[in-house]
Amino acid sequence: MKSNKIFISGDEAVAQGVRLSRPHVVAAYPITPQTITVERLSEMVEAGEMDAEYMHVESEHSAISATMGASAVGARTFTASSSQGLLYMAEGLHYCSGGRWPVVMMNANRSVALPWSIYGDQRDSLSLLDSGWIQVYVEDAQEALDMIIQAYKIAEHKEVLTPMMVNLDGFILTHTYELVEIPDQEMVDQFLPPFETPNKMSFENPKNLGFSSRPDDNTEFKYQQNEAMFNAIDVIRKTDEDFADTFGRKYHGMVEEYMCEDADVVLVALGSVCGTVRVVVDKLRAEGKKVGLLKIRYMRPFPVEEVKDLARRVKAIGVIDKDISFGYEGTVYTNVNSAISQIDKYVYKSNFVGGLGGRDITKAEIEDMYNKLYAGLENKSEETVEFFSLNVEGND
Amino acid sequence: MTKVLDIPKVNAKNMTEKEFFYGHKACAGCGGSIAVRLALKVLGERTYSALPAGCMSAVGFIYPQMAFNSNAIITTFPGSASMAAGIAAGAKALGQKDFKTVVFAGDGGTADIGFQALSGMIDRNDDVLYICYDNEAYMNTGIQKSGLTPYGTKTTTTPAGQNIPGTVTHKKNLFEIIAAHDIAYAATASIGYPQDFINKVNKAKHVKGATFIHVYASCPTGWGTPTETSVEIAKDAVDAGLIFLAEYEDGEYKLNRNPKEFKSVEEYLKKQGRFKHMSDADIQCVIENRDKKWERMRKNWL
Repeated sequence: MKSNKIFISGDEAVAQGVRLSRPHVVAAYPITPQTITVERLSEMVEAGEMDAEYMHVESEHSAISATMGASAVGARTFTASSSQGLLYMAEGLHYCSGGRWPVVMMNANRSVALPWSIYGDQRDSLSLLDSGWIQVYVEDAQEALDMIIQAYKIAEHKEVLTPMMVNLDGFILTHTYELVEIPDQEMVDQFLPPFETPNKMSFENPKNLGFSSRPDDNTEFKYQQNEAMFNAIDVIRKTDEDFADTFGRKYHGMVEEYMCEDADVVLVALGSVCGTVRVVVDKLRAEGKKVGLLKIRYMRPFPVEEVKDLARRVKAIGVIDKDISFGYEGTVYTNVNSAISQIDKYVYKSNFVGGLGGRDITKAEIEDMYNKLYAGLENKSEETVEFFSLNVEGND
Repeated sequence: MTKVLDIPKVNAKNMTEKEFFYGHKACAGCGGSIAVRLALKVLGERTYSALPAGCMSAVGFIYPQMAFNSNAIITTFPGSASMAAGIAAGAKALGQKDFKTVVFAGDGGTADIGFQALSGMIDRNDDVLYICYDNEAYMNTGIQKSGLTPYGTKTTTTPAGQNIPGTVTHKKNLFEIIAAHDIAYAATASIGYPQDFINKVNKAKHVKGATFIHVYASCPTGWGTPTETSVEIAKDAVDAGLIFLAEYEDGEYKLNRNPKEFKSVEEYLKKQGRFKHMSDADIQCVIENRDKKWERMRKNWL
């Protein structure tokens, strides 16, 4: 296969993925650190590299409303946001999934005010886990590009018809330059056929969409929506395999295990921090410690089977959360813990909350997490939830 | 822009027999449903209708009883203009031609929560006709005050009592706010003057780009009026000078109706439960506000 690598940022990689997916309508409102994506897209439209209607909407609420409108007549659509903007879209996110419009969105993971911070954590998207969107978290710019293409194939699948959010960590991924392979347009066209849906308004077959339902019907609509999300699991796995066959890059579907085959102690994480964890795993493995990483790629649908399968094999699981559900624990941990509780086995569990508002998570901190997991396991401790590397006194 | 003379006239004689908004659950005498019905007859089959939360969506889309015989969708409450703009953009990108996208939104959905999206739609000159049916309060939720509720009105959030005489603000000047965007075509209308409304919808239909019609639409339920007087009272409002019929086109305002004498404001108000409590001073305030507005319109728009 001929190589076509260019040196671009994560935001630009997303724009390339969007261009290759040939959306009909792009509607987005600028917000740091998403802006480079929408700037590049507008340049591509200007240069004639992309044949799309580019809508300069006046807010994120209108961005999601406009993409839903376009999707409702059968157009392929794209929008992008982050943080406050994503939250401003929140009504539309629920609306879009309920309407079964397969809009694809890039979300640059960024902290949520107050206090203001333009830097990264995952509180924005994780607080919208229940909005009915498929959520994938990527680790690098290549995966960002590839997942945009996969996202259309997954979201538009007739058994799924559910919108999809591709999350990449603000600045760490959006603004960092990497060598990225740009797939061939013809191969993308072959992989991703034009969008066809029965769920649209047309003059041949007029429809009333976005309707009200009575209490007699509402639960059934929501049941079908939930089923569609479960259907997505197989579609995600199959799409990743087809993608690997076509483009030679594989992301392992719902999760990726790194050095977990014989591991005793495993850290679970999302997104870019997985790269740092891999380095620490390599170091500790060289020292003879049986450690591993479970990179969760999809938070919705949630990889329940994969987490249970891992929990059956290991002795301790730690979860890194770049978010906090105030008054409880990290949201990723809650989800992982719920899956672990379905197996009848003692696993030492711990939740490491940190990296908020753009604070780096260092190799030393990750090594410390593994050490704490070993210690907890040895003492047969109860689970613990901690904010790591806290500069104020913790309340133990 | 298509010249007005080139547009085939639509009137009661040649208007289509087809119904596009039929079998809905609107209250008897609903002015909003009259506006939607007439507009869709003018716009025809190749129409996408977008309606935010409000009376017309609440009465028209209760699954499985769908009241629109052409394409229609309920939008997010604040996003009717942007969702309609997305429909127009999507259909255009798919190569569709000779169609119209129309919004039917209430006064609250337009002048309050939907205003940002509407302003954006006009700014981008999206190919959408936005029709605001103005029944002067949030009727669907039970008669709460909106930005287009007129002075003195008793609503469920502006009760009239010893301390406050109902609504203490005047209607937002929506028509001129829209015109200030330098929109290609904007108009005001009333279901009390149906031919005038039909003409304006017909004109907007033939304009490419953003257009806007503000149509006064009575609400017997919210106004405390007999159901059979809906059209009459919407005519009275115009004849009393409280609602004006005008257009903004090619950068110019035009007053369509400039009565030598106004009908009695007091009579118009006293016919309606929502204004019954108003004192002479309150009525005087309404009249003064009307006269100030007409003085300005006559000076600048004639």
